[in-house]
Amino acid sequence: MILEFNRLLKEKKISSKELTKKYLNAIKNVDDELNSYVTVEEEFALNSADVVDEKIKNNEEISPLEGIPFTLKDNISTKGIKTTCCSKILENYLPIYDAFVWERLKENNAILLGKANMDEFAMGSTCETSYFKGAKNPHNTKCVAGGSSGGVTAAVGAGIAAYGLGSDTGGSIRQPSSFCGVVGLKPTYGAVSRFGLIAFASSLDQVGPIATSAQDAALVYDEIALKDNKDTTSTGLKEKTFPHLNDEISGVKIGIAKEFFSYVDEEVKAKVDEAIKTYEKLGAKIVEISLPSLDFSLVVYYIIASAEASSNLGRYDGIRYGIRANSYGSIHEMICKTRSEGFGREVKRRILLGTYVLSSGFYDAYYKKANLVRGKIMREFKDAFKSCDVILTPTSPTTAFEAGYSKKDPVLNYMADICTVPVNIAGIPAISFPCGISGSNLPIGVQLIGPHFSEAKLLNMANIFEKETNRCYFKKVLKGVYPDEI
Amino acid sequence: MKYEIVLGLETHVELSTKTKIFCGCTTSFKGEPNTHCCPICIGLPGTMPKLNEEVVNFAIMAGLATNCKIAEFSKMDRKNYVYPDLPKAYQISQHDKPLCYDGSISLSNGRVIGIERIHIEEDAGKLIHQAGKTFVDYNRGGVPLIEIVTRPDFRDVEEAVEYLELLQLNMRYINVSDCKMQEGSLRCDVNVSVRLKGEEKLGTRTEIKNMNSFNNIRKAVNFEKERQIEILENGGKVQQETLRFDVATGVTSPMRSKEDAHDYRYFKEPDLGLIYVERQKVEEIKKSLPELAHNKLLRYVEEFKLPVLDAKLLVEYKAVADYFEKSVENVKDVNSYKNCCNLILSLIFSKFETEAEKENFKILVSEKEMAKLLNLLETKKIRNNMAKKALEEMLETGKKVEEVISFEDLKEITKEELENFCKDAVKNNEKAVKDFLNGKTKAIKALVGHVMKLSKGRADANLAEKILEELINK
Repeated sequence: MILEFNRLLKEKKISSKELTKKYLNAIKNVDDELNSYVTVEEEFALNSADVVDEKIKNNEEISPLEGIPFTLKDNISTKGIKTTCCSKILENYLPIYDAFVWERLKENNAILLGKANMDEFAMGSTCETSYFKGAKNPHNTKCVAGGSSGGVTAAVGAGIAAYGLGSDTGGSIRQPSSFCGVVGLKPTYGAVSRFGLIAFASSLDQVGPIATSAQDAALVYDEIALKDNKDTTSTGLKEKTFPHLNDEISGVKIGIAKEFFSYVDEEVKAKVDEAIKTYEKLGAKIVEISLPSLDFSLVVYYIIASAEASSNLGRYDGIRYGIRANSYGSIHEMICKTRSEGFGREVKRRILLGTYVLSSGFYDAYYKKANLVRGKIMREFKDAFKSCDVILTPTSPTTAFEAGYSKKDPVLNYMADICTVPVNIAGIPAISFPCGISGSNLPIGVQLIGPHFSEAKLLNMANIFEKETNRCYFKKVLKGVYPDEI
Repeated sequence: MKYEIVLGLETHVELSTKTKIFCGCTTSFKGEPNTHCCPICIGLPGTMPKLNEEVVNFAIMAGLATNCKIAEFSKMDRKNYVYPDLPKAYQISQHDKPLCYDGSISLSNGRVIGIERIHIEEDAGKLIHQAGKTFVDYNRGGVPLIEIVTRPDFRDVEEAVEYLELLQLNMRYINVSDCKMQEGSLRCDVNVSVRLKGEEKLGTRTEIKNMNSFNNIRKAVNFEKERQIEILENGGKVQQETLRFDVATGVTSPMRSKEDAHDYRYFKEPDLGLIYVERQKVEEIKKSLPELAHNKLLRYVEEFKLPVLDAKLLVEYKAVADYFEKSVENVKDVNSYKNCCNLILSLIFSKFETEAEKENFKILVSEKEMAKLLNLLETKKIRNNMAKKALEEMLETGKKVEEVISFEDLKEITKEELENFCKDAVKNNEKAVKDFLNGKTKAIKALVGHVMKLSKGRADANLAEKILEELINK
């Protein structure tokens, strides 16, 4: 889609401003129901488009992302544009600096349409913990978009953003991508700078692209995966992924671990099996592997992620920015009331959990042990990649849930992350892309996991799959903006 | 006294690096509130710390200056607690893997104080209470600190004070901190416990927080010692608690109740990697370290034969010691060291009124001029009192040696001249001569003075005295 828009812009079939207007109109028409955006920056977007149109007018060369509208998850810091993490506590927060990834796209003259809905502080798998009510699924607005990057995946799935950036701590890019029928890449930990990504769990968080095709994801990824000296955990990518999109995949060894299939719906399993067959047809070899500690992943994840979150979210005290409780006596009371009023239930639950597992007397039993198991899971993946190049799994055990369904049982919510969480624990990359449509017309996603810095291979395999299946699992479901309709 | 006091110190030293520990803001404490801040040091959502390499280097210097081992691997941890001056609600510090460990400082009484660890961390901001309102200034937030933790090795509060003086001196010598207690660049918590003499087990300790002068440390520790002894004498048990010392009343009191006791929930700072210090780097820093005050003192006593007390005064300020050493670089006579030391301590020091002036040691007489003066003394071309007079003038005017001492002054006095001066003295001081003859030997000094005056200070006083005695006794 990006390259097609790029061609249309270069051939002056449409100006960036016209294209941006189309998107803004589509948002107006569609998003009341979808609720994928929490902030739309109409004027800012149109002004940015003018810059690109001026370049085109002067016959200057434009790069692939220039002039094309996109969206950012609302936990990515944007100077002068509200960044709320979809929490009441940051309802009015205007950042004074730009996130590294936003700087990169800005340099590319990408057109930011607005900020996308998400679970509050990225904690959730449905987008429903958002203070601004969850984003709905474009394929069926009675269903959730998934989470936590549900706003971005809904917008991209509905054609009201050409692509977007989300963040993934335990599956927050991949699971909603799978629910909304789009492509989501969770990069290797460190490949993309986290500077300006509002931290949930610092040792797990990664920013990554969400797009309608592997090719688009590769184009975006190559622009954002650069070493940033402000994030000392950042490394950048080893090689550009775009040139490898069409590499030969025959002979690739795909590992299948039964542990990933334990809780999976029959329908999902059937479509994933079909995807495996497609790869076999393309010359891939299927290898059975085992990851015996995988079952512990969820426990490890909820301990480590909550522990880090409890610390990362301590700064929201109402003193420097964000909301502050109206009435209070002491400073202590001000902080308590601000936090009690400002955070939602799920966030509070995780802060409590995280505070508990780090407390003296419990640290050894929980946090320390979780880190030991984390090491074991990492080693098991490392061993697994000795016998295969990538591991194929369902992205989510189910298709999108009905709205409100999972609110009753938080643990059910947590289970939805079973296939994606281990990837964050190991710090390795994974991609989710559509591989089928369910009987009730909901998208089904498949996930490929690779060793550290294997993004090129993952995008390559997803791209070949899309080509082989004629992109038949990508559906235009709402009145969005598409290059073939211009 | 059947009880023995046991003390341990935790000292925070603000490092004088140019920039803060995790961002590029200046560490200067001057400036309007909240002007030395950036998104990183006020912990805006999404920002990340980046460890300032200079902080690690400074801390390694401090570690080496206190005989510490330098850890090959250490790490940063989060210390979580909520307070308005701490913008992230955690302080990035080092918990179980400090940068430096296992050091020591020797005291003048021969006792060795063990240093358990030195770790690096960030400072917090400051609350300002004004007109019933509370404001917060984050300028100090993110300024680098080292915390130096001793073992419970002190047996007397004076040992603790001497340790702090030495620490202060050494940190200033290696130029990592100005260590000013009153400005807060050196802050100290004191752990106090008592036990029966001969007892090996340590008593329960209390911690007195934020001491800001040596005198307050003395007062607080003595108060706390008496308080604990009284509890024990009455059959009670000392509660382990954190105390504050009220300067006005001289009393220690608990800072927080047990329910409010902090649980810092330490865990590794996920935004920073491990700190790896190459052995080669440690060696390089070791080589680059200047001679420490303590070693300098020993050398001055041994090599320059200076009295301990004089040597101590010289090494107390590095600029003074540097000046001294440069001035005596080329002298040959051992007396010149003493001469130089005397001139500095008697004439130059009296010009300074504040500590800061001594520390900066800005004077109009260069080391080269001082060396010339010493040379004149060494070759006996001038006498001590003339040297003093000359130096006084040079200090006032900035003139060179040759401008204040004339050729005439330097002309060597002949035996004949000297004898004539002596004769003149005897002739014009009848009373003194009489006194001397009556056994008041001191009376000769007046005569020597007369000779010195006539010779404009060029005469050798000892020789003059001898001639005078001969003349009188004739």
